[in-house]
Amino acid sequence: MMSCPQKNLAGWGRFPRSTSKACSVQSAQEIAGFLDEEGDVIAYGNGRSYGDSAIADKQIVTRKLNHFLQFDKESGILRAQSGILLSEILQVAVPHGWFLAVTPGTKLITVGGAIASDVHGKNHHHFGSFSQSVLDLKLMLPNGEIIDCSENENRDWFHSTCGGQGLTGVILEARLQLKPIKSQNIEQTTIKSASLQETFAAFEDYQASPYSVAWIDCLAKGKNLGRSLLMVGDFATDGDLDYRSPRGPAIPFNFPKFALNRLTLSAFNWLYYHKVRKKISQQMVSIDQFFYPLDALSNWNRIYGKDGFVQYQFILPKEHSYQGLQEILQIIAASGKGSFLAVLKLYGKHNANWLSFPMEGYSLALDFKVEPSLWGLLERLDEVVVKCGGRFYLAKDARVPKAVFEQGYPQIEQFRAFRRQHGLDKTLNSRQSVRLGL
Amino acid sequence: MSDKGFVLILGAKSDMAQSIAREYAGLGFNLYLAARNVADLESLQSDLQIRHQVEVRLLEWDALKLEEQSNFYQGLAPAPVGVVTALGFLGDQTQAQQDAALAQKILQSNFNALVAVLEPIAADFEQKQSGFIVGISSVAGDRGRKANYIYGSAKAGFSAYLSGLRNRLAEADVQVLTVKPGFVATKMTAGMDLPEKLTAQPEQVAKMVVKAQQKGRNVIYVKPIWWLVMLIIRHIPEVIFKKMSI
Repeated sequence: MMSCPQKNLAGWGRFPRSTSKACSVQSAQEIAGFLDEEGDVIAYGNGRSYGDSAIADKQIVTRKLNHFLQFDKESGILRAQSGILLSEILQVAVPHGWFLAVTPGTKLITVGGAIASDVHGKNHHHFGSFSQSVLDLKLMLPNGEIIDCSENENRDWFHSTCGGQGLTGVILEARLQLKPIKSQNIEQTTIKSASLQETFAAFEDYQASPYSVAWIDCLAKGKNLGRSLLMVGDFATDGDLDYRSPRGPAIPFNFPKFALNRLTLSAFNWLYYHKVRKKISQQMVSIDQFFYPLDALSNWNRIYGKDGFVQYQFILPKEHSYQGLQEILQIIAASGKGSFLAVLKLYGKHNANWLSFPMEGYSLALDFKVEPSLWGLLERLDEVVVKCGGRFYLAKDARVPKAVFEQGYPQIEQFRAFRRQHGLDKTLNSRQSVRLGL
Repeated sequence: MSDKGFVLILGAKSDMAQSIAREYAGLGFNLYLAARNVADLESLQSDLQIRHQVEVRLLEWDALKLEEQSNFYQGLAPAPVGVVTALGFLGDQTQAQQDAALAQKILQSNFNALVAVLEPIAADFEQKQSGFIVGISSVAGDRGRKANYIYGSAKAGFSAYLSGLRNRLAEADVQVLTVKPGFVATKMTAGMDLPEKLTAQPEQVAKMVVKAQQKGRNVIYVKPIWWLVMLIIRHIPEVIFKKMSI
């Protein structure tokens, strides 16, 4: 049996921290061994969930369960073990003209993590979430049994596992349908908008574009409130598939506490916004520039200092989005707290998964440095989100109160009952699931 | 399939062997992975083929069937351009002191089997005047200690064997690389309390081994600090050493 060293672990936000056992696994057999032991356990991929969703007494670390099993270059169907990183898939797939059907804003997550969080990307309004590209998956239950799940087989297991944060079992492998591309380059259009109203109008105008996301200046006030840069785009057709992943600089140490304050944040946001001069501009950019700008800066989470940060991501139903976002941006701008960049995105319809985050509407994601005065602000924002019928994203969450969280997920009781019915709640628990009673 | 030829990895199931296989596949070599119950390596096989566009063949191979080794090598077509021996069986020293069969198994796995399989390979490489042989020995062979002297003496024998082989094959321009790892964090050492500064990860060992082989080196210690550690240990006078517990 492999050993499990004690480690001081945290999610990508480096908050909260926990001393836990990290059990690295290379085979299904080893996983079964760890599931058989006493105590709370949860699968842990590459540690990119922001909060405490992959933190437990004992973590099953899947990064070494990382073999490609099959790749059909004709059909674009890829079968891989769950510890493979999306970045590894790109290296194999892009040169043959295939890309992930759905990718989030980082490629440094595992396939298992992508399914467990049912991640989404800039094309949610066109394609949906990551699980829409999962043909089927193999799941190990706490008793060691392995089942196949998909839209056609063991559907309840599939819909509870996709977006289920590892609380239904350990994902061993999955079969993904990739999407054909003709180039590794993206034709990008940047639309500069001066207000929230303009930003919303731009999202609607460019709905036909398969990829879209806006960087919003969360510290702008008054008539500038909600000003943003909307970036839309699609793959070029120039036949250039010579993909090499770039290596960027790293943040070598935790920034000191004073580095991030009202002044530096507003200066950065002002510069970022004003760097773009034209109302509408066009660029040819690479996969990495377009989809993964932050991956170029390793350990960027250190910018927020040693106490870490929380990412606050919520989504509001479309009919309440404008008013709700206006209220939330006003509260944030007045507080002077906020991130370098906040991300706004228009989503398409929700899927059949019980705990998946997306629904039709607008989502905003912001980073906040952890400090004592933060919690009061977030509680005020929670109130607005709940009032508008919105919800929070488990993959980002480190602190939402249970009573607030459950109001956003109509199928949460079904998820809880399913866990109890199959005895999943006896072993598969994360700090987050305990906090939220999942 | 790449045109760089095949590297044969003996004992391909060990963590170190799998990492070494990754390195050679990354350089574009095809691979023969030889081990017992080799079907367990099917996922590694598909992985290396998909990632690196090389051909990977799995070979059922039992190190302890000494008389079959010559036939095993003759059966490889095409013949490999290089070979890495990565098998090792630590065994339990205290148990082996009372269990003759276990002691024999330790000696056979770490010495006799390697001689049996490497001799026909050496002869072939010598005749072709090309090829490389990488033998993973151990710092445990540098001086016998009560903690693991049965394993250590087999490794000492293997290190001496590789040294002799290097001498013999130098004229034929065949490289023989002796690798002496110290502690490596693998399945073999799981559960042991290893000092972090002296312990290498299998991926790290693999990188150093393949780099040293490609550069034509003769003997390497992994991590390099072990060269110094073993230099000191080898020079402790026997009067003192025999009373020590290290």
